[in-house]
Amino acid sequence: MGNIIKENLNPDGIDRRGFLKCMAWAGTGALCVMQGGVLKSFALGPGGKSDKAMKGDFAFAQISDSHIGFNKAANPDVTATLREAIAKLNALPQSPEFVLHTGDLTQLSKAEEFDTLDQSLKSVRTDRIFYVPGEHDVLNDNGVQYRERYGKDTKGDGWYSFDHKGVHFVGLVNVMNLKAGGLGSLGNDQLEWLEDDVKHLKHSTPIVIFAHIPLWTIYPEWGWGTDDSQQALSYLKKFGSVSVLNGHIHQVMQKVEGNVTFHTAMSTAFPQPAPGQAASPGPMKVPDEKLRSVLGVTDINFIRGEHTLAVVDSPLAGE
Amino acid sequence: MKRHIRNACICAGLLGVVASAAIIHGTQIARAAEEKNASASITIDNFSFTPKEITVAAGTTVTWVNHDDVPHTVVNPDKKFRSKGLDTDDQFSFTFMDAGTYNYFCSVHPMMTGKITVK
Repeated sequence: MGNIIKENLNPDGIDRRGFLKCMAWAGTGALCVMQGGVLKSFALGPGGKSDKAMKGDFAFAQISDSHIGFNKAANPDVTATLREAIAKLNALPQSPEFVLHTGDLTQLSKAEEFDTLDQSLKSVRTDRIFYVPGEHDVLNDNGVQYRERYGKDTKGDGWYSFDHKGVHFVGLVNVMNLKAGGLGSLGNDQLEWLEDDVKHLKHSTPIVIFAHIPLWTIYPEWGWGTDDSQQALSYLKKFGSVSVLNGHIHQVMQKVEGNVTFHTAMSTAFPQPAPGQAASPGPMKVPDEKLRSVLGVTDINFIRGEHTLAVVDSPLAGE
Repeated sequence: MKRHIRNACICAGLLGVVASAAIIHGTQIARAAEEKNASASITIDNFSFTPKEITVAAGTTVTWVNHDDVPHTVVNPDKKFRSKGLDTDDQFSFTFMDAGTYNYFCSVHPMMTGKITVK
């Protein structure tokens, strides 16, 4: 653990140098601990396991952007890499109590693609899998099929919340009814529901928001942001600890802003370029031997009483 | 129908020379529509429509072809036309019979926008 980044005691935020160092590790197996707006980062141990001290009261995992049905050069077999991602989850030292899939389950919203995904996810060793849709899952029917399969007890286009061991989780939908020239969108109905959903909660309740498209503006030129995310975040200002988990951009990015920590996950299917580093955000072809180092899963530990989420991004294969 | 009415008004209200020009112009458009094989194509590459804006005669069939590894759609916000999700090399066609301006976008990646002007 020679690469421990000392925590920054400045209450305004994180140490920039440390944050960048953590960013550099992201995708190669880093453990990032967010604590009251301060970020600490540890490299994963030799066995790929996190330090014992970082274990929490419970763990959950995030997988994202499986794109079942995609078969182009960037990854001709996305079902195989999804299975490897599942094996990674099943090998975690602390089994996830549940898994969040943050959307783009399929490439083209086809029934057989959803079937293949479901069949694969049956082997995940966890109690339950929660979903939010990506834009690829609601292509031709405004999400009717998606909601029949994954959103039976949800509101509106598929949003919902649940509580787990004192943490309030909220799944949001920001891939529907998009406006020409715009970004991701939550819409007024969902915003009103969110405001009401969190109103009764104590300020000390840890909040975890998950949605497909990032709820912070990463790169609007590529649509990597959500038009009305600021409105949503304004309802969460009173809470001491808010974590936002997204997918969509097929790479790890993090940001801490006040009480809110943002985190995007790797895809299980194919990587996308860094913002502005290619002609478009389309699937990025990397050398075959590198593919599994840019795909992966996210393991998240909740540590009671510390308002801490420990986020570990694990690639399918090391460097 | 609107086009004929407009042309009729122009004919009635203007001098002969101008009126003749309007008739010729109208006839050309009508011929293009009758032939039904006027066509234009728009490609989708790197998350953009090319050409982004085109002007066509009424009756022209416009075809969009998706060359990306990512599905896109072609959607008019006024609900005049809407494609299904277009996979790689899929195409979508729409015949524009009425003059006007038609904005469209990809409902999956809404920063992708384009415009068809029909004369």
